Amino acid sequence: MTDLDGTTTGVRTEGLDAHLVVDRGTFRLDVTLTAAPGDVVALLGPNGAGKTTALRALAGLTPLTSGHLRLDGTPLDATPPESRPVGVVFQDYLLFPHLTALDNVAFGPRCRGAGKAEARAQAAEWLDRMGLADHAGAKPRRLSGGQAQRVAVARALATRPRLLLLDEPLAALDARTRLEVRAQLRRHLAEFEAVAVLVTHDPLDAMVLADRLVVVEHGHVVQEGTPSHIARHPRTDYIARLVGLNLYQGRAEGHTVRLDSGPAITTTEELSGPAFVAFPPGAVTLYRERPTGSSARNLWRCEVAGLETHGDQIRADLTGELPLTADLTTVAAAELDLHPGAAVWATVKATQTHAYPA
Amino acid sequence: MTRSALRTGRMLQVAGASAAALLTLSACSSATGSDKGSSPGKPSGTVTVFAAASLEESFKTLGKRFEKEHPGTKVTFNFGGSDTLAASITSGAPADVFAAASTKTMATVTDQQDAAGTPATFVRNRLEIATPPGNPDRISTLKDLTKPGLKVVLCDKTVPCGAAARKALDAGGLKLTPVSYEQDVKSALTKVELKEADAAVVYQTDVRAAGDKVAGVNFPESAQAVNDYPIALLKNAPNPKAAKAFIALVRSAEGHKVLSRAGFLKP
Amino acid sequence: MPIPLLVPALLGLAFLLLPLIALLVRAPWRSLPEQLTSAEVWEALRLSLVCATAATGLSLVVGVPLAWLLARTRFPGRGFVRALVTLPLVLPPVVGGVALLLAFGRNGVIGQWLDSWFGITLPFTTTGVVLAETFVAMPFLVISVEGTLRAADPRYEEAATTLGASRFTAFRRVTLPLIAPGIAAGAVLAWARALGEFGATITFAGNFPGRTQTMPLAVYLALQNDPAAAIALSLVLLAVSIAVLAALRDRWMTAS
Repeated sequence: MTDLDGTTTGVRTEGLDAHLVVDRGTFRLDVTLTAAPGDVVALLGPNGAGKTTALRALAGLTPLTSGHLRLDGTPLDATPPESRPVGVVFQDYLLFPHLTALDNVAFGPRCRGAGKAEARAQAAEWLDRMGLADHAGAKPRRLSGGQAQRVAVARALATRPRLLLLDEPLAALDARTRLEVRAQLRRHLAEFEAVAVLVTHDPLDAMVLADRLVVVEHGHVVQEGTPSHIARHPRTDYIARLVGLNLYQGRAEGHTVRLDSGPAITTTEELSGPAFVAFPPGAVTLYRERPTGSSARNLWRCEVAGLETHGDQIRADLTGELPLTADLTTVAAAELDLHPGAAVWATVKATQTHAYPA
Repeated sequence: MTRSALRTGRMLQVAGASAAALLTLSACSSATGSDKGSSPGKPSGTVTVFAAASLEESFKTLGKRFEKEHPGTKVTFNFGGSDTLAASITSGAPADVFAAASTKTMATVTDQQDAAGTPATFVRNRLEIATPPGNPDRISTLKDLTKPGLKVVLCDKTVPCGAAARKALDAGGLKLTPVSYEQDVKSALTKVELKEADAAVVYQTDVRAAGDKVAGVNFPESAQAVNDYPIALLKNAPNPKAAKAFIALVRSAEGHKVLSRAGFLKP
Repeated sequence: MPIPLLVPALLGLAFLLLPLIALLVRAPWRSLPEQLTSAEVWEALRLSLVCATAATGLSLVVGVPLAWLLARTRFPGRGFVRALVTLPLVLPPVVGGVALLLAFGRNGVIGQWLDSWFGITLPFTTTGVVLAETFVAMPFLVISVEGTLRAADPRYEEAATTLGASRFTAFRRVTLPLIAPGIAAGAVLAWARALGEFGATITFAGNFPGRTQTMPLAVYLALQNDPAAAIALSLVLLAVSIAVLAALRDRWMTAS
């Protein structure tokens, strides 16, 4: 990762260096974002966190209240959107409905000065690269969701941007198309030599497509890092839920983390001071009776608050000494006779927990 | 006066005519009863007068005078285009008196045998050239209107002032191409008042009514196109006695004084 | 079909159609050919079509940008400006004509300068007819286009700017094609309104055959002493406008 470049050299000469501040009365976005050419950064966060505002600010569609924006060393703060070397793939693509796929892609090169024939030739090449040569003459309403998405990507790339912005690039697709398009998009982003920033609320998209995640909540960055790091070390409930972990905060003393809410969790790591503890729902084992022979020291009395199917498993929401989620097989759930309100004992092996400094 | 206001005005007047007709019907049924029986010499009750729009001001003055001279009478007017009024009379509107702006219109009433006796011409109206105040183009004759570059408006030939203007021009052997044939005399005058036109051929009474907003120029050819205003008692008049008295007032010296103040000429 | 809707709907339809049917029933069919052979009729019809089309064109050139301004920009007093734009809709056309005289007449606020600097006078000219018709018809176009613009997604314009299009290019190449159906509908409305324009035209431009006498003027003047001729002229105007509107509807409105 090249995170530190910005802080050591002050001004990045290549790639993106942005401090985006947008004040909207009750809402304030204040996000710092840096990336080197070739990086794919995902802005991940819940709805209303300010991701799209950040993206619009990068594109110049929403003015900055303060902060700065430099791309390859050039300040862009005062540059109007049409003069920024920025390409945008909008959430619902916004393909011009009156133009064919080819003319949609040729639109950018035309506006940037290419002749009609030249722009069309370039557009044809991009469509070809996207595997859409056969659909060049089609109007957007004749394209499938996946095809439209690829035309939108081609249209954004055809202006040869130094910064590619993608707003929820896969959100408009159904699950099956999504899988396929995600893989293709990953390939195109990997080939893209400049900075790409994508906005998503889907952790899977973020983790598959991005080299680095920037998690935004309430207009602020709450955590950033590689997908695997963030998946293993969530620092907020939102991220923990996203990556499917039970997350607790407390103070560590040796192998024990005492939670702010009372109970303690035994861990393998040895730490001291403020710490997080995380464990996956699958690491939880449930009993109707207090287990007598169990060696697990992490044992809590809980009550089933809710049950739902989660893939081929049952996910149980538990309240009690320690609120947590537990995954168990359908068979196990049946044998335990789980139902909302049922009293259970939950255990987690210390080896399956993961503690890290807060 | 503006066109649509005029038209709406006419429609209202037509509606008014029928409303007035109804009112007079009911009013007269009681009035005639007391009328015909009592005091054979003195006019009383309601007189309904249909009169050309150009007579409005003078007739209203005369109406007030009539009511004062003959206590117990009431004069109800229906002013409008002569053609419209004639049409409502021939289709049975119960009016006592009809004063028209042209003999041709009066003829449509007499042809239907709706007038009692022969209509009498009580005033005449002559054409005049209206110019902006001070007559900036020094127009003194009808021929001056044919000067190139001069913007003249005439009434359309379908309306009386246009027909009269054409007659006057023919009498003078003149050929005049106006910039516009206006739909009525008022809008022709308005064009001069707004100084959009340099001159218009209109009636003397209209020039007089416009006050100092226009200046009038007399021309001899107007004698060839004088409009006679006939007045007649109608055959089915509900109140013939009072109607006769009103006609007498209009034709009296006093009546002429009022009418000549508006620019009308003696017959 | 629900009766509470059907009955008023049919009543409304009947109310609109009955006067037209009455016109047809009472039309002087026998003398019609003779009425329509006069050159003046065709002159008036030609002038009506030319002026209504020119007024529509003028309305498009200035009205579409005006609609854009009202729909897509924010400035203080915008609501007030919109109200002003629709004023000609409620103004009696004759008053509109007088107002035009006061503005563009020979002694008008603007007109006196047009006259003394360029020697241009507008009253009593065919251009005056076009102006009067534009004054009355343009609000229909502006309102229709503004409504379409409001309904259109402004993010298409944003998408265009991110592709390097200036706001004007975005408007021309993206917004304009997107709102074309609304523009067409507005243009048709404006054209129809201009074709039937009477009050503002006769007040501002006067009445001279071949130059400023459009069909409605000819109809009105004929009505003074020859109602049969007026009905005949009205039928011609009616037939021509129905033909044109039907043709346009097929070509423009349903295509998109």
